[in-house]
Amino acid sequence: MIEVSGLTVRFGGVTSLDGMSVTFDAGTCGLIGPNGAGKTTFFNVLSGFLRPASGTVKAFDEDLLAMANFRRARWGVRRTFQTEQAIENLSVYHNVAMIHEHSKLSGSDRQTDVLGAIELVGLESVAYAKVRTLGAGQRRLVEVARAIVGKPRLVLLDEPAAGLPEAETAQLGEIIRGIPAHTGAMTILVDHDMSLVSSCCENTAVLDFGKMIASGPTAEVLRNEQVVRAYLGAEEAA
Amino acid sequence: MSTTEVATEATPKSSAPAPSRFEHGFYTRAAIIAVALLLVIILLPQILSLYYIDAMTQVAVYAIVALGLGVLVGRVGLISLGQAAILAIGAWVAARLLFATSLPYEVVLLAAGVITMALGTIVGLPALRMRGLYLALITLMLAGAITVVLASLNFPNGGHGFSGYNGALLHIPPIRRPGIATTDPAYFRYSVIAAAIMFLLVLVHVRTKPGRAWAAIRQSEPAALAAGINTTLYKLWAFALASFVTGVAGGLLAGAVRYLYSIDFQTQDSITLLAVVLMGGAYSIWGAIVAALLLQLLPAILNDIGVSPDWLVILFGIGVLQVLTTAPTGIVDQLPKDIARLFRFVTGASRRSAANQGSAQ
Repeated sequence: MIEVSGLTVRFGGVTSLDGMSVTFDAGTCGLIGPNGAGKTTFFNVLSGFLRPASGTVKAFDEDLLAMANFRRARWGVRRTFQTEQAIENLSVYHNVAMIHEHSKLSGSDRQTDVLGAIELVGLESVAYAKVRTLGAGQRRLVEVARAIVGKPRLVLLDEPAAGLPEAETAQLGEIIRGIPAHTGAMTILVDHDMSLVSSCCENTAVLDFGKMIASGPTAEVLRNEQVVRAYLGAEEAA
Repeated sequence: MSTTEVATEATPKSSAPAPSRFEHGFYTRAAIIAVALLLVIILLPQILSLYYIDAMTQVAVYAIVALGLGVLVGRVGLISLGQAAILAIGAWVAARLLFATSLPYEVVLLAAGVITMALGTIVGLPALRMRGLYLALITLMLAGAITVVLASLNFPNGGHGFSGYNGALLHIPPIRRPGIATTDPAYFRYSVIAAAIMFLLVLVHVRTKPGRAWAAIRQSEPAALAAGINTTLYKLWAFALASFVTGVAGGLLAGAVRYLYSIDFQTQDSITLLAVVLMGGAYSIWGAIVAALLLQLLPAILNDIGVSPDWLVILFGIGVLQVLTTAPTGIVDQLPKDIARLFRFVTGASRRSAANQGSAQ
């Protein structure tokens, strides 16, 4: 469970997150909102790239903000990036194994675990290929594999379907729905593809101008008038 | 797809990280490198004049310096314009120890490496906060500062005290060489072997966990952090490794030239060094050898035929421009491709002319 309270982030005069308070329960939760609402900023705070001006984040009863940024991956915060960041000069295997290399995970055999994650995202045929030889869709899957290998506790997916064709988005949806069963981690999914969000997330929260404007069961949230006005309004007008 | 099945079935022991440790043709490559190394050690001193043997000793020394800078620029993406000053520190420490103690030369090289590593890592501290142009500028300034300190301190020449410098000495003793390598050809062999060990050290780093961490940092620091990489530690590690090998190179340089003067270490040498490393190829450790040939052998050849090596500044300028615009992986990667293209062109041309003749008849 992730409890966020009063989270505020400012860049100069711009307030990107404005006293954001929300609770994400277990499972896969959606986080939606128009561009510039602060979704990625929120992820960057969880990853430790940004220090909030105020507010607290408790993840599974631990104070996440007190943790050094590189330690958070070891603890279990994993993420993908809006513009994918798989390491081009390394093989798929080494991209995924990197998580193990830099954490002292015990128990499961590293190799089996890494190959398991690669298999889950369906990249086993290119497991030893260099990432720079892969297409955009496959690179995103490398990032997803890196997010679910080892023992993740909180997986942050930042627009994983952006720019993907429909068939690949469907495949991605299946992988995302498999994350809780495979890892036991909770997932926060940010995406603009509402069908992906509805099919993956039981609950969804909506950010607008750095403030939570709604949260609850996904279907209800998507019917919420305020949400429709803030986010889907443009779509309906069109 | 059959490859899919193979990959999924052959799970743990049989196939997995095999590509990491022993890539395709690993033993062949190792054998080729070993043979090339033996040829250089045995054959070159036989066929070269003393003038060129000395030049090649310098090539061996500067290949190590270029190797260190290549780690920073090519692997981690950190631009340092202070490597000539780091080299000077290594040379100073080695010279001081060689005059003051009777330690074996290898121990002195190691000590020069370790002390330079400590100082060089401090020079690398700004890299934790900045990169690109600002880091280049800061390292350049630090290098300038080191050069000024060395100029006032002077290089040891057998005097007493901390600096070991005595301006009143009439007969300055040369810096001693290892007992097994007092002659120029022997010292050349000694330097090549020392350089080979440094290359091995860097190769091991690049091919294992630190090398992969550096690849991640170079591409994206957020991605590296998100993968749990302690970016601070690995950036400093890169500076430590680069400084260590450069310090050892400084120790080798002391024995190679035998008389050291602070005028030999100019701040602008660091800039030329970066230029040749980019030309040689910063992304391959072999590019460092090409860089050293450009930096040391080319001026020696020009001197030999009576042309001022100062012209090289122009050549290097054009060379860097050419590399950055058309061949970012440098000469070491581009030359084999160009040769292959030329070969295809020549063979293709002869085949075409043969075909033309055939059709004419």
